[in-house]
Amino acid sequence: MANYTMSRARPSSNFELASWLYMRVSGVLIAFFLLGHIVIMHILHHVDEIDYAFAAERLANPFWRIYDLVLLGLVVTHGLSGARTVLDDYVHSRGWRALLKTIMWALGVLFLVVGAFVLFTFQPVTA
Amino acid sequence: MDVKLRIKRFDPERDDKPHWQEYTVPAEPTDRVLDALLQIKGYQDGTLALRRSCAHGVCGSCAMRINHLNRLACKTLVKDVKQPIVIEPLKGLPVIKDLVVDMEPFFEKFRIVKPFLVNDETPPPTEWRQSIEERARFDDTTKCILCASCTTSCPSFWTNSEYLGPASLVQAHRFIFDTRDRAAAERLDILNAREGVWRCRTIFNCVEACPREINITKAIGQIKKALVYNRF
Repeated sequence: MANYTMSRARPSSNFELASWLYMRVSGVLIAFFLLGHIVIMHILHHVDEIDYAFAAERLANPFWRIYDLVLLGLVVTHGLSGARTVLDDYVHSRGWRALLKTIMWALGVLFLVVGAFVLFTFQPVTA
Repeated sequence: MDVKLRIKRFDPERDDKPHWQEYTVPAEPTDRVLDALLQIKGYQDGTLALRRSCAHGVCGSCAMRINHLNRLACKTLVKDVKQPIVIEPLKGLPVIKDLVVDMEPFFEKFRIVKPFLVNDETPPPTEWRQSIEERARFDDTTKCILCASCTTSCPSFWTNSEYLGPASLVQAHRFIFDTRDRAAAERLDILNAREGVWRCRTIFNCVEACPREINITKAIGQIKKALVYNRF
């Protein structure tokens, strides 16, 4: 009988699977969030109406803060997840790949922190 | 008619890098590119190296890049391709000489997915029964002739030769969806690894290249789907 366990089959981690699935799910979610964003910012309101007061009024509502926070998280992780696959495809040196990915995720965390900081701490200044 | 060919030549014993050589041969419009190549080899330049065996689209030996697309030379008519006909070896595999590439990296990945029926159960007294629907599920992927056209047309494979490649995934599909086989879980585990099915970026080059017209990307999609349902 053939020894089937001799192959290169190691118990595989589901990371690549999860990453692939996340790209699909987040992509669909981003499509809906972006549609909402476009309808509000570009169809319901003319671009001339959008000023500081408009943004401040929207952000006064916690719903929009959460909306923007979720959209921020989705867009940053979706984009960087795509960039990760590009690095995996084209950067073959382990060292360079590790370095580039570290820089990439560090930037990602920075974007998330800065964005979340603004959304959580924003205080409208009345003119 | 006269047919002009531009062939990428490489002899590792003489050349540092490949060079182009042009030939003009007499041919009928309905002759195949393989006929033109054999005309060169037989009457003009015996040093031209190429593989061919059956010459009827079944063995898969004469796969090569014809006008920048992977084709079987024996299934491509000279009237159907623009002249000069540009001929190169398959991309992504080491060139041994001229149009002959080292197929071992390709077959190594083929063997990884266990391209054979695994079933240690006692066979039923008559035969393994399979319904027409069950057989139809993997019919498309039984057509593969292992010519490597798909794998060597895949940009994911070009950039990373560790990727199993479409041909291996087609073989895996052929057995994963066969009700008589018992190693589907094991194969799915192999394909779930980093260099497995997730390296497919659905570029569809493999589908265009396949001389057997297998819908490879669809088969790969079914494997991905099976993995998603298998693991969640």
